[in-house]
Amino acid sequence: MSETSLPPTERAPGAQPSLSRRSFLNLAGVGAGAAVAVGGRSALAAPATGEPDPNIVPVPEWTKTLGAPVNENPYGKPSVFEKDVVRREVTWLTASSQSSVSFTPLYALDSVITPNGLCFVRHHGGQAEIDPDKYRLMIHGMVDKPLVFTLEDIKRMPGRVNRAYFLECAANSGMEWRGAQLNGCQFTHGMIHNLFYTGVPLKTLLDMAGVNPKGKWVLAEGADAAVMTRSIPLEKAMNDCLVAFAMNGEALRPEQGYPVRLVVPGWEGNMWVKWLRRLKVGDQPWQQREETSKYTDLLADGRSRRFTFVMDAKSVVTSPSPQAPLKRKGPNVLSGIAWSGRGTITRVDVSLDGGRNWTTARLDGPAMPMSMTRFYLDFDWAGQELMVQSRAMDDTGYVQPTKQELRAVRGTNSIYHNNGIQTWLVRSNGETENVEVG
Amino acid sequence: MLKSAEKILAAAVLAGVLAATGIAIADPQPAPGKAVAAKGETDKARQAVNVPAPAAAPAPAAKPIALGRPALAEEITAWNTDVRADGEGLPPGKGSVKEGEELFLQNCAQCHGEFGEGAGRWPVLAGGRGTLKSERPEKTIGSFWPYASTVYDYVHRAMPFGSNMTLSADQTYAIVAYLLNLNDLVPEDYVLSKDNFPKVDLPNEANFFDDDRETSEKAFWKKDPCMKECSGEVHVTARAQILNVTPDGEAPKGNLE
Ligand code: HEC
Repeated sequence: MSETSLPPTERAPGAQPSLSRRSFLNLAGVGAGAAVAVGGRSALAAPATGEPDPNIVPVPEWTKTLGAPVNENPYGKPSVFEKDVVRREVTWLTASSQSSVSFTPLYALDSVITPNGLCFVRHHGGQAEIDPDKYRLMIHGMVDKPLVFTLEDIKRMPGRVNRAYFLECAANSGMEWRGAQLNGCQFTHGMIHNLFYTGVPLKTLLDMAGVNPKGKWVLAEGADAAVMTRSIPLEKAMNDCLVAFAMNGEALRPEQGYPVRLVVPGWEGNMWVKWLRRLKVGDQPWQQREETSKYTDLLADGRSRRFTFVMDAKSVVTSPSPQAPLKRKGPNVLSGIAWSGRGTITRVDVSLDGGRNWTTARLDGPAMPMSMTRFYLDFDWAGQELMVQSRAMDDTGYVQPTKQELRAVRGTNSIYHNNGIQTWLVRSNGETENVEVG
Repeated sequence: MLKSAEKILAAAVLAGVLAATGIAIADPQPAPGKAVAAKGETDKARQAVNVPAPAAAPAPAAKPIALGRPALAEEITAWNTDVRADGEGLPPGKGSVKEGEELFLQNCAQCHGEFGEGAGRWPVLAGGRGTLKSERPEKTIGSFWPYASTVYDYVHRAMPFGSNMTLSADQTYAIVAYLLNLNDLVPEDYVLSKDNFPKVDLPNEANFFDDDRETSEKAFWKKDPCMKECSGEVHVTARAQILNVTPDGEAPKGNLE
């Protein structure tokens, strides 16, 4: 069982894929999904017999020569062999790449924290570049004392905290409502990232301004060319929202709202206003474009649900997946992520037969409220077709629904909040496809 | 989470099921020496890394935090441009459909089309009435948006795309009047102003309702989801390869919003 029964493939590091016949994948430049091994010489593992492994005898080049100096890259970069692990855009999704999205390469990532440079990016008016010395945050409206803060003020504020939270765009998996469309979890599920934020509770700032008891909502506004706005219930603002200036220990990246963004744990990503410049307290929502025309969920009967802030529990298998096909028979590690906007992931079940039979996966690493949780299923593959699914449960007892269950109650025009169970078809040669089952 | 004994049992059952299909699940137990923390302990460990903010925030400081400064009235005015559904925030001013048409043709039509029909893949702003229940709903100001105030707020805030915040109040009133006219909501001789604004109702307003998932989708809170033989034979019903909206030749209009 530990011997591989499929001949390994020859794969030049960082080689472009030969698997994808489909123009979408070619366009997307899928890297890790190199040709699935059927035949070919081994460049990956020791030959079974005879000749010594040329990676052992003679002594490899990198062992005999001095490497690069310590400061070769003053800001470190991934290995050159990982150059295909990048965010990707699907250009035909939008008319302008200033109002567009570039997706997280989930298929190539592990653990629970997303590397800063790989966090998906969604802008509505391009990436603002703000000089931290010129940054200002204003709080006004139904408050006792309208205030203006500098970045330094925020960094000097008492009560700084560190919290890990996922941020998922409400339109993540939005292309999949009417059926399987995009062939890769980067594109079906890649509008999510999970980071450690450093900042101060929004409550601290609101308390300093003194919220009028009649205040019920907070309008958050960005300083970018979209001047992005969302109405947030005051209760949420006072409960766990953060005004954050760091991600994973370093300053926010410009594309994530440098120097300051709002963190709205468990709620849809659009509310996490980047380049945060203004907070206004009021007694009713402002009915902004992003909470009326957009981010409302059109149901089959023509009515629309609004203020659907919470992200329902969801999961996806990231490997195997179309960009990370199975390469060998024998031992394999199925890996995926699960998250819930309502609390902590308590369990993830995995099916390899399209949802007929399930086994509980192993959760590893921290399982924190409103943060991504990693799951694994170690399994042996004999080379048969698999229909891989995962099903998340959270500590409120919510069970991730199937796509059919979801469509039955919401129709297919919702665009947002598609948390249905994803199916990957693994063919006997290891190639993996986005499919629907029934 | 399952207790260890149940875990072993579940694993054994599954191993049996999977053996039949040629799949072997590797040992689901932790490596020897790595004890499984009792549930209480695990929960405590989880809490310690991600306690909710209020619990971790320090007790309210006895004296006010001496940071920040009062916002000046001119500063608030400069940024306080939001307009609410009840008309709060609308600046003084007015504009006619006629003036709006001219402004729209100059500043907006290259993307949104002369009649708001959308050029290429740019957003459609007019039409679409009666399509919301169809397979391809067209969500526009007339067919979908609940409030006209949002049009004023958004056009002034974010449009024209690439040179936003350049329209005066009168120009914005005029453009909104034109957009309402394109959607058959006001006549051609209409003049929109701060005073008559709240009277403009959009037809789809009544069809919005607040999030009710926790009651309407209560069925998704099911304690013990099925684990074994949950369905009959499962077949692939659709493939991305077949349904794929691949941009060969004619690119589809994306519905990323
Ligand atoms: C260069 C192209 C371009 C021009 C010119 C332009 N827009 Fe837009 N418009 C866009 C884009 C792109 C969006 C979507 C932005 C986003 O994703 O948030 C948009 C969105 C809108 C919307 C919201 C549509 C919806 O369904 O939510 C309205 C209303 C609008 N524009 C009106 C105008 C008006 C009025 C003008 C002229 C003053 C104008 N636009 C000029 C590109 C343009």
